[in-house]
Amino acid sequence: MGMPKSFTVLDLLDLDLKDHNALQLVCISGRKGLTRSITQPDINRPGLALSGFFEDFNSRRIQLFGNGETSYLKLLSQKNYWDDIEKFFSQQVPCCIFSNAFHPEPKFLEITERHGCPVLVSELNSSDFTVRIIRALDDVFAPQRTIHGVFVEVSGMGVLIRGDSGVGKSEAALELIERGHRLVCDDAVDIRCVSGNTLLGKPVNPALGHHLEVRGIGIINVAQLFGVAAIQYQKEIEMVMELEIWDPQKEYERLGKHDKTTEILGVKLPSMEIPVKPGRNIAIIIETAVMNHRLKKMGIHSSQEFQENVIQWLESENARNVYLRKTKGEPAQ
Amino acid sequence: MVEKVVTVKNRAGIHARPAGMIVTLANKFESQIFIEKDNDKINAKSIMGLITLGVLCNTPIKISATGPDEQKAVDAIALLIDNRFEE
Repeated sequence: MGMPKSFTVLDLLDLDLKDHNALQLVCISGRKGLTRSITQPDINRPGLALSGFFEDFNSRRIQLFGNGETSYLKLLSQKNYWDDIEKFFSQQVPCCIFSNAFHPEPKFLEITERHGCPVLVSELNSSDFTVRIIRALDDVFAPQRTIHGVFVEVSGMGVLIRGDSGVGKSEAALELIERGHRLVCDDAVDIRCVSGNTLLGKPVNPALGHHLEVRGIGIINVAQLFGVAAIQYQKEIEMVMELEIWDPQKEYERLGKHDKTTEILGVKLPSMEIPVKPGRNIAIIIETAVMNHRLKKMGIHSSQEFQENVIQWLESENARNVYLRKTKGEPAQ
Repeated sequence: MVEKVVTVKNRAGIHARPAGMIVTLANKFESQIFIEKDNDKINAKSIMGLITLGVLCNTPIKISATGPDEQKAVDAIALLIDNRFEE
Protein backbone atom coordinates (compact mmCIF):
# COMPACT_ATOMS: atom_id res chain seq x y z
CA MET A 1 0.00 0.00 0.00
CA GLY A 2 1.17 3.52 -0.59
CA MET A 3 1.71 6.30 -3.02
CA PRO A 4 2.72 5.59 -6.59
CA LYS A 5 6.50 5.54 -7.00
CA SER A 6 6.93 8.77 -8.85
CA PHE A 7 4.66 10.22 -11.47
CA THR A 8 6.40 12.42 -14.02
CA VAL A 9 5.14 14.63 -16.83
CA LEU A 10 6.27 11.91 -19.21
CA ASP A 11 4.02 9.42 -17.40
CA LEU A 12 1.16 11.87 -17.84
CA LEU A 13 1.78 11.92 -21.59
CA ASP A 14 2.03 8.14 -21.58
CA LEU A 15 -1.29 7.53 -19.80
CA ASP A 16 -3.24 5.15 -21.94
CA LEU A 17 -6.67 6.80 -21.77
CA LYS A 18 -9.31 6.24 -24.39
CA ASP A 19 -12.42 7.90 -25.80
CA HIS A 20 -14.08 10.15 -23.27
CA ASN A 21 -11.06 9.89 -20.98
CA ALA A 22 -8.39 10.88 -23.49
CA LEU A 23 -6.43 14.01 -22.60
CA GLN A 24 -5.20 14.58 -26.17
CA LEU A 25 -1.90 16.02 -24.99
CA VAL A 26 1.19 16.79 -27.02
CA CYS A 27 4.42 18.30 -25.82
CA ILE A 28 5.54 21.29 -27.87
CA SER A 29 8.46 22.53 -25.85
CA GLY A 30 10.66 21.99 -22.78
CA ARG A 31 11.32 18.29 -23.36
CA LYS A 32 14.19 18.18 -20.94
CA GLY A 33 11.71 18.91 -18.15
CA LEU A 34 9.58 15.85 -18.90
CA THR A 35 11.17 14.08 -15.95
CA ARG A 36 9.74 16.63 -13.50
CA SER A 37 7.45 14.86 -11.13
CA ILE A 38 3.82 15.69 -10.51
CA THR A 39 3.12 15.40 -6.79
CA GLN A 40 -0.37 16.79 -6.47
CA PRO A 41 -3.49 15.30 -8.06
CA ASP A 42 -4.89 18.71 -8.88
CA ILE A 43 -4.54 21.56 -11.34
CA ASN A 44 -4.13 25.30 -10.88
CA ARG A 45 -5.35 28.11 -13.12
CA PRO A 46 -2.39 30.50 -12.81
CA GLY A 47 -4.49 33.67 -13.33
CA LEU A 48 -3.16 36.15 -10.78
CA ALA A 49 0.29 34.60 -10.63
CA LEU A 50 0.89 35.66 -14.26
CA SER A 51 0.48 39.26 -13.20
CA GLY A 52 3.12 38.83 -10.52
CA PHE A 53 0.93 38.07 -7.50
CA PHE A 54 2.48 34.95 -5.98
CA GLU A 55 0.84 34.82 -2.56
CA ASP A 56 -0.72 31.36 -1.96
CA PHE A 57 0.34 30.36 -5.44
CA ASN A 58 0.21 26.59 -5.90
CA SER A 59 3.44 26.14 -7.81
CA ARG A 60 3.54 22.38 -7.33
CA ARG A 61 0.38 21.75 -9.29
CA ILE A 62 -0.01 21.38 -13.03
CA GLN A 63 -0.70 24.88 -14.43
CA LEU A 64 -3.60 25.07 -16.84
CA PHE A 65 -3.72 28.00 -19.25
CA GLY A 66 -7.27 28.56 -20.49
CA ASN A 67 -8.86 31.41 -22.43
CA GLY A 68 -8.34 33.97 -19.69
CA GLU A 69 -4.65 33.23 -19.35
CA THR A 70 -3.99 33.15 -23.08
CA SER A 71 -5.73 36.53 -23.57
CA TYR A 72 -3.53 37.95 -20.84
CA LEU A 73 -0.43 36.49 -22.53
CA LYS A 74 -1.45 38.24 -25.75
CA LEU A 75 -1.64 41.53 -23.85
CA LEU A 76 1.83 40.94 -22.36
CA SER A 77 3.14 40.18 -25.81
CA GLN A 78 1.81 43.50 -27.16
CA LYS A 79 3.55 45.31 -24.31
CA ASN A 80 6.58 43.05 -24.68
CA TYR A 81 6.69 42.73 -20.89
CA TRP A 82 7.90 39.32 -19.69
CA ASP A 83 9.31 39.87 -16.17
CA ASP A 84 6.38 38.26 -14.37
CA ILE A 85 6.45 35.26 -16.70
CA GLU A 86 10.14 34.83 -15.92
CA LYS A 87 9.32 34.91 -12.20
CA PHE A 88 6.47 32.48 -12.78
CA PHE A 89 8.68 29.84 -14.39
CA SER A 90 11.50 30.26 -11.91
CA GLN A 91 9.08 28.65 -9.41
CA GLN A 92 9.68 25.18 -10.86
CA VAL A 93 6.09 24.36 -11.79
CA PRO A 94 5.81 20.71 -12.94
CA CYS A 95 4.44 21.67 -16.36
CA CYS A 96 2.04 24.05 -18.05
CA ILE A 97 -0.81 22.95 -20.27
CA PHE A 98 -2.68 25.03 -22.82
CA SER A 99 -6.25 24.08 -23.62
CA ASN A 100 -8.16 24.80 -26.86
CA ALA A 101 -5.08 23.78 -28.90
CA PHE A 102 -3.58 27.20 -28.21
CA HIS A 103 0.07 27.51 -29.21
CA PRO A 104 1.89 30.19 -27.23
CA GLU A 105 4.24 32.52 -29.07
CA PRO A 106 8.00 31.92 -29.52
CA LYS A 107 9.07 34.38 -26.79
CA PHE A 108 6.99 32.48 -24.21
CA LEU A 109 8.41 29.15 -25.37
CA GLU A 110 11.93 30.53 -25.17
CA ILE A 111 11.34 31.35 -21.48
CA THR A 112 9.86 27.93 -20.68
CA GLU A 113 12.66 26.21 -22.58
CA ARG A 114 15.26 28.16 -20.60
CA HIS A 115 13.60 27.14 -17.30
CA GLY A 116 13.21 23.55 -18.47
CA CYS A 117 9.44 23.59 -18.03
CA PRO A 118 7.49 21.31 -20.37
CA VAL A 119 4.69 22.97 -22.34
CA LEU A 120 1.83 20.69 -23.31
CA VAL A 121 -1.10 21.47 -25.55
CA SER A 122 -4.50 19.82 -25.53
CA GLU A 123 -7.27 20.14 -28.08
CA LEU A 124 -9.92 20.01 -25.40
CA ASN A 125 -11.50 23.07 -23.89
CA SER A 126 -10.60 23.94 -20.30
CA SER A 127 -13.66 22.56 -18.57
CA ASP A 128 -13.57 19.19 -20.36
CA PHE A 129 -9.85 18.97 -19.83
CA THR A 130 -10.16 19.78 -16.12
CA VAL A 131 -12.75 17.05 -15.57
CA ARG A 132 -10.66 14.48 -17.42
CA ILE A 133 -7.33 15.27 -15.87
CA ILE A 134 -8.74 15.33 -12.33
CA ARG A 135 -10.27 11.93 -12.99
CA ALA A 136 -7.03 10.58 -14.43
CA LEU A 137 -4.88 11.98 -11.61
CA ASP A 138 -7.31 10.69 -8.97
CA ASP A 139 -6.79 7.26 -10.42
CA VAL A 140 -3.01 7.61 -10.48
CA PHE A 141 -2.81 8.92 -6.93
CA ALA A 142 -5.43 6.56 -5.48
CA PRO A 143 -4.21 4.38 -2.59
CA GLN A 144 -3.12 1.09 -4.09
CA ARG A 145 -2.46 -2.42 -2.85
CA THR A 146 -1.75 -5.78 -4.41
CA ILE A 147 -3.76 -8.59 -2.92
CA HIS A 148 -3.42 -12.34 -3.30
CA GLY A 149 -6.65 -13.76 -4.62
CA VAL A 150 -8.76 -14.43 -7.66
CA PHE A 151 -11.06 -11.71 -8.88
CA VAL A 152 -14.17 -12.68 -10.81
CA GLU A 153 -17.36 -11.03 -11.94
CA VAL A 154 -20.37 -13.08 -10.94
CA SER A 155 -23.74 -11.99 -12.36
CA GLY A 156 -22.38 -8.48 -12.76
CA MET A 157 -20.95 -8.26 -9.25
CA GLY A 158 -17.22 -8.11 -8.56
CA VAL A 159 -16.24 -10.90 -6.18
CA LEU A 160 -12.78 -11.24 -4.71
CA ILE A 161 -12.00 -14.84 -3.77
CA ARG A 162 -9.29 -15.06 -1.14
CA GLY A 163 -7.72 -17.92 0.75
CA ASP A 164 -4.50 -19.81 1.25
CA SER A 165 -2.57 -21.11 -1.67
CA GLY A 166 -3.95 -24.46 -2.80
CA VAL A 167 -7.39 -24.06 -1.22
CA GLY A 168 -9.07 -24.07 -4.63
CA LYS A 169 -9.55 -20.44 -5.64
CA SER A 170 -8.51 -20.93 -9.24
CA GLU A 171 -10.63 -24.08 -9.55
CA ALA A 172 -13.67 -22.23 -8.21
CA ALA A 173 -12.98 -19.42 -10.71
CA LEU A 174 -12.69 -21.94 -13.54
CA GLU A 175 -16.06 -23.40 -12.73
CA LEU A 176 -17.59 -19.94 -12.46
CA ILE A 177 -16.23 -19.13 -15.92
CA GLU A 178 -17.73 -22.38 -17.21
CA ARG A 179 -21.04 -21.24 -15.77
CA GLY A 180 -20.92 -18.02 -17.78
CA HIS A 181 -19.23 -15.63 -15.37
CA ARG A 182 -16.06 -13.65 -15.98
CA LEU A 183 -12.46 -13.64 -14.89
CA VAL A 184 -10.80 -10.32 -14.09
CA CYS A 185 -7.51 -11.72 -12.84
CA ASP A 186 -5.85 -14.61 -11.10
CA ASP A 187 -3.49 -14.57 -8.11
CA ALA A 188 -2.38 -10.94 -7.93
CA VAL A 189 -5.07 -8.28 -7.91
CA ASP A 190 -4.15 -4.62 -8.18
CA ILE A 191 -6.63 -2.76 -5.99
CA ARG A 192 -7.18 0.98 -6.02
CA CYS A 193 -9.41 2.99 -3.77
CA VAL A 194 -11.10 5.74 -5.76
CA SER A 195 -13.08 8.60 -4.25
CA GLY A 196 -12.57 7.07 -0.82
CA ASN A 197 -15.32 4.47 -0.98
CA THR A 198 -14.94 2.44 -4.15
CA LEU A 199 -12.42 -0.33 -4.74
CA LEU A 200 -11.41 -1.08 -8.29
CA GLY A 201 -9.60 -4.31 -9.05
CA LYS A 202 -7.62 -5.18 -12.15
CA PRO A 203 -4.67 -7.35 -13.20
CA VAL A 204 -1.28 -6.17 -11.90
CA ASN A 205 0.06 -6.54 -15.40
CA PRO A 206 -2.59 -6.17 -18.13
CA ALA A 207 -0.29 -7.90 -20.63
CA LEU A 208 -0.29 -11.05 -18.52
CA GLY A 209 -3.88 -10.84 -17.32
CA HIS A 210 -6.62 -13.36 -17.96
CA HIS A 211 -4.43 -16.37 -17.47
CA LEU A 212 -5.32 -18.90 -14.83
CA GLU A 213 -3.10 -21.42 -13.16
CA VAL A 214 -4.80 -24.74 -12.51
CA ARG A 215 -2.93 -27.44 -10.59
CA GLY A 216 -2.29 -30.35 -12.87
CA ILE A 217 -2.87 -28.46 -16.13
CA GLY A 218 -0.63 -25.44 -15.78
CA ILE A 219 -1.28 -21.95 -17.06
CA ILE A 220 -4.29 -21.54 -19.34
CA ASN A 221 -5.41 -18.55 -21.39
CA VAL A 222 -9.01 -17.91 -20.42
CA ALA A 223 -9.69 -15.41 -23.21
CA GLN A 224 -8.66 -17.90 -25.88
CA LEU A 225 -10.25 -20.96 -24.29
CA PHE A 226 -13.60 -19.44 -23.35
CA GLY A 227 -13.79 -16.36 -25.57
CA VAL A 228 -13.74 -12.67 -24.80
CA ALA A 229 -17.10 -12.90 -23.09
CA ALA A 230 -15.34 -14.76 -20.27
CA ILE A 231 -13.03 -11.91 -19.35
CA GLN A 232 -13.33 -8.44 -17.91
CA TYR A 233 -10.61 -5.81 -17.74
CA GLN A 234 -11.52 -3.95 -14.57
CA LYS A 235 -14.30 -4.18 -12.06
CA GLU A 236 -15.48 -2.70 -8.79
CA ILE A 237 -14.97 -5.09 -5.86
CA GLU A 238 -18.28 -5.52 -4.11
CA MET A 239 -17.86 -8.70 -2.11
CA VAL A 240 -15.15 -10.84 -0.55
CA MET A 241 -15.25 -14.62 -0.23
CA GLU A 242 -12.73 -16.16 2.11
CA LEU A 243 -12.15 -19.82 1.28
CA GLU A 244 -10.65 -22.01 3.96
CA ILE A 245 -10.22 -25.70 4.58
CA TRP A 246 -13.17 -26.94 6.66
CA ASP A 247 -12.21 -26.79 10.32
CA PRO A 248 -14.46 -29.09 12.36
CA GLN A 249 -13.68 -27.07 15.50
CA LYS A 250 -14.89 -23.84 14.00
CA GLU A 251 -18.44 -22.50 14.00
CA TYR A 252 -19.58 -21.42 10.56
CA GLU A 253 -22.53 -19.21 9.78
CA ARG A 254 -25.69 -21.29 9.78
CA LEU A 255 -28.53 -18.80 9.65
CA GLY A 256 -26.96 -15.92 7.74
CA LYS A 257 -28.21 -13.32 10.19
CA HIS A 258 -24.86 -11.69 10.80
CA ASP A 259 -23.40 -9.52 8.08
CA LYS A 260 -19.61 -9.78 8.24
CA THR A 261 -17.30 -7.26 6.62
CA THR A 262 -13.67 -7.17 5.52
CA GLU A 263 -11.69 -3.96 5.31
CA ILE A 264 -9.44 -3.26 2.32
CA LEU A 265 -7.75 0.15 1.98
CA GLY A 266 -10.20 1.52 4.53
CA VAL A 267 -13.31 0.39 2.65
CA LYS A 268 -15.60 -2.11 4.32
CA LEU A 269 -16.90 -4.85 2.05
CA PRO A 270 -19.44 -7.55 2.83
CA SER A 271 -17.57 -10.81 3.26
CA MET A 272 -18.25 -14.46 3.82
CA GLU A 273 -16.21 -17.36 5.11
CA ILE A 274 -16.73 -20.40 2.98
CA PRO A 275 -15.42 -23.71 4.29
CA VAL A 276 -14.06 -26.00 1.61
CA LYS A 277 -14.30 -29.76 1.72
CA PRO A 278 -14.81 -32.49 -0.85
CA GLY A 279 -18.37 -32.56 -2.09
CA ARG A 280 -19.04 -28.87 -1.59
CA ASN A 281 -19.33 -27.12 -4.91
CA ILE A 282 -17.70 -23.78 -4.21
CA ALA A 283 -18.69 -22.16 -7.50
CA ILE A 284 -22.38 -22.75 -6.86
CA ILE A 285 -22.04 -21.58 -3.27
CA ILE A 286 -20.39 -18.36 -4.47
CA GLU A 287 -23.04 -17.88 -7.12
CA THR A 288 -25.80 -18.34 -4.56
CA ALA A 289 -24.11 -16.00 -2.09
CA VAL A 290 -23.94 -13.31 -4.76
CA MET A 291 -27.61 -13.73 -5.66
CA ASN A 292 -28.52 -13.61 -1.98
CA HIS A 293 -26.48 -10.44 -1.56
CA ARG A 294 -28.27 -8.87 -4.51
CA LEU A 295 -31.60 -9.77 -2.94
CA LYS A 296 -30.48 -8.10 0.29
CA LYS A 297 -29.52 -4.97 -1.61
CA MET A 298 -33.01 -4.96 -3.10
CA GLY A 299 -34.41 -5.07 0.44
CA ILE A 300 -35.23 -8.77 0.64
CA HIS A 301 -33.34 -10.38 3.49
CA SER A 302 -34.10 -14.11 3.24
CA SER A 303 -32.72 -15.05 6.62
CA GLN A 304 -34.48 -12.23 8.47
CA GLU A 305 -37.77 -12.90 6.71
CA PHE A 306 -37.51 -16.55 7.58
CA GLN A 307 -36.97 -15.65 11.21
CA GLU A 308 -39.95 -13.28 11.20
CA ASN A 309 -42.15 -15.95 9.63
CA VAL A 310 -41.11 -18.45 12.27
CA ILE A 311 -42.00 -16.02 15.05
CA GLN A 312 -45.33 -15.18 13.44
CA TRP A 313 -46.16 -18.83 13.03
CA LEU A 314 -45.21 -19.65 16.62
CA GLU A 315 -47.36 -16.79 17.88
CA SER A 316 -50.40 -17.82 15.88
CA GLU A 317 -49.92 -21.43 16.89
CA ASN A 318 -49.73 -20.31 20.50
CA ALA A 319 -52.91 -18.29 20.16
CA ARG A 320 -54.66 -21.26 18.60
CA ASN A 321 -53.65 -23.51 21.46
CA VAL A 322 -54.91 -21.01 24.01
CA TYR A 323 -58.24 -20.82 22.16
CA LEU A 324 -58.54 -24.62 21.94
CA ARG A 325 -57.87 -25.00 25.64
CA LYS A 326 -60.52 -22.37 26.46
CA THR A 327 -63.18 -24.01 24.36
CA LYS A 328 -62.44 -27.37 25.98
CA GLY A 329 -62.85 -25.72 29.36
CA GLU A 330 -59.24 -26.27 30.41
CA PRO A 331 -57.53 -23.55 32.40
CA ALA A 332 -55.48 -21.23 30.20
CA GLN A 333 -51.79 -21.09 30.93
CA MET B 1 8.54 -13.23 11.08
CA VAL B 2 11.81 -13.58 9.18
CA GLU B 3 12.78 -11.21 6.38
CA LYS B 4 15.62 -11.10 3.91
CA VAL B 5 16.41 -8.84 0.98
CA VAL B 6 18.09 -10.46 -2.00
CA THR B 7 18.93 -9.26 -5.48
CA VAL B 8 17.91 -11.26 -8.50
CA LYS B 9 21.04 -11.84 -10.55
CA ASN B 10 20.06 -14.07 -13.44
CA ARG B 11 19.78 -12.19 -16.68
CA ALA B 12 16.16 -12.84 -17.61
CA GLY B 13 14.78 -12.05 -14.15
CA ILE B 14 11.93 -14.09 -12.68
CA HIS B 15 10.19 -15.52 -15.71
CA ALA B 16 8.06 -18.64 -15.85
CA ARG B 17 10.74 -21.23 -15.08
CA PRO B 18 12.32 -19.51 -12.05
CA ALA B 19 8.83 -18.65 -10.78
CA GLY B 20 7.92 -22.33 -11.02
CA MET B 21 11.04 -23.25 -9.07
CA ILE B 22 10.29 -20.74 -6.30
CA VAL B 23 6.68 -21.89 -6.02
CA THR B 24 7.65 -25.56 -5.87
CA LEU B 25 10.19 -24.80 -3.18
CA ALA B 26 7.83 -22.53 -1.22
CA ASN B 27 5.15 -25.19 -1.18
CA LYS B 28 7.49 -27.51 0.71
CA PHE B 29 7.22 -25.22 3.73
CA GLU B 30 4.31 -24.79 6.06
CA SER B 31 4.94 -21.06 6.66
CA GLN B 32 3.20 -18.22 4.87
CA ILE B 33 5.84 -16.87 2.50
CA PHE B 34 5.69 -13.54 0.71
CA ILE B 35 7.84 -11.80 -1.87
CA GLU B 36 7.82 -8.04 -2.07
CA LYS B 37 8.95 -5.70 -4.82
CA ASP B 38 8.37 -1.95 -4.46
CA ASN B 39 4.81 -1.71 -3.19
CA ASP B 40 3.68 -5.08 -4.42
CA LYS B 41 3.60 -8.02 -2.05
CA ILE B 42 2.58 -11.40 -3.32
CA ASN B 43 2.29 -14.93 -2.01
CA ALA B 44 5.37 -16.95 -2.92
CA LYS B 45 3.22 -20.04 -3.36
CA SER B 46 1.35 -18.52 -6.28
CA ILE B 47 2.96 -18.83 -9.68
CA MET B 48 0.86 -16.21 -11.50
CA GLY B 49 1.51 -13.71 -8.73
CA LEU B 50 5.25 -14.21 -8.99
CA ILE B 51 5.34 -13.87 -12.76
CA THR B 52 3.14 -10.77 -12.79
CA LEU B 53 5.40 -9.16 -10.20
CA GLY B 54 7.78 -8.59 -13.11
CA VAL B 55 11.13 -8.94 -11.36
CA LEU B 56 13.98 -7.90 -13.63
CA CYS B 57 17.67 -8.61 -13.35
CA ASN B 58 19.36 -6.64 -10.53
CA THR B 59 16.10 -5.95 -8.74
CA PRO B 60 16.17 -6.25 -4.96
CA ILE B 61 13.24 -8.21 -3.56
CA LYS B 62 12.24 -8.91 0.02
CA ILE B 63 11.41 -12.44 1.09
CA SER B 64 9.41 -12.75 4.27
CA ALA B 65 7.89 -15.72 6.05
CA THR B 66 5.81 -16.43 9.13
CA GLY B 67 5.21 -19.86 10.55
CA PRO B 68 6.91 -22.85 12.15
CA ASP B 69 9.66 -23.17 9.51
CA GLU B 70 10.04 -19.48 8.62
CA GLN B 71 13.83 -19.30 8.90
CA LYS B 72 14.38 -22.39 6.76
CA ALA B 73 11.92 -21.18 4.15
CA VAL B 74 13.51 -17.75 3.76
CA ASP B 75 17.02 -19.23 3.64
CA ALA B 76 16.09 -21.83 1.05
CA ILE B 77 14.43 -19.33 -1.28
CA ALA B 78 17.23 -16.80 -0.84
CA LEU B 79 19.74 -19.51 -1.73
CA LEU B 80 17.80 -20.47 -4.84
CA ILE B 81 17.76 -16.85 -6.00
CA ASP B 82 21.43 -16.35 -5.13
CA ASN B 83 22.31 -19.44 -7.18
CA ARG B 84 20.61 -17.82 -10.20
CA PHE B 85 18.04 -20.62 -10.34
CA GLU B 86 20.79 -23.01 -11.41
CA GLU B 87 21.03 -21.22 -14.76
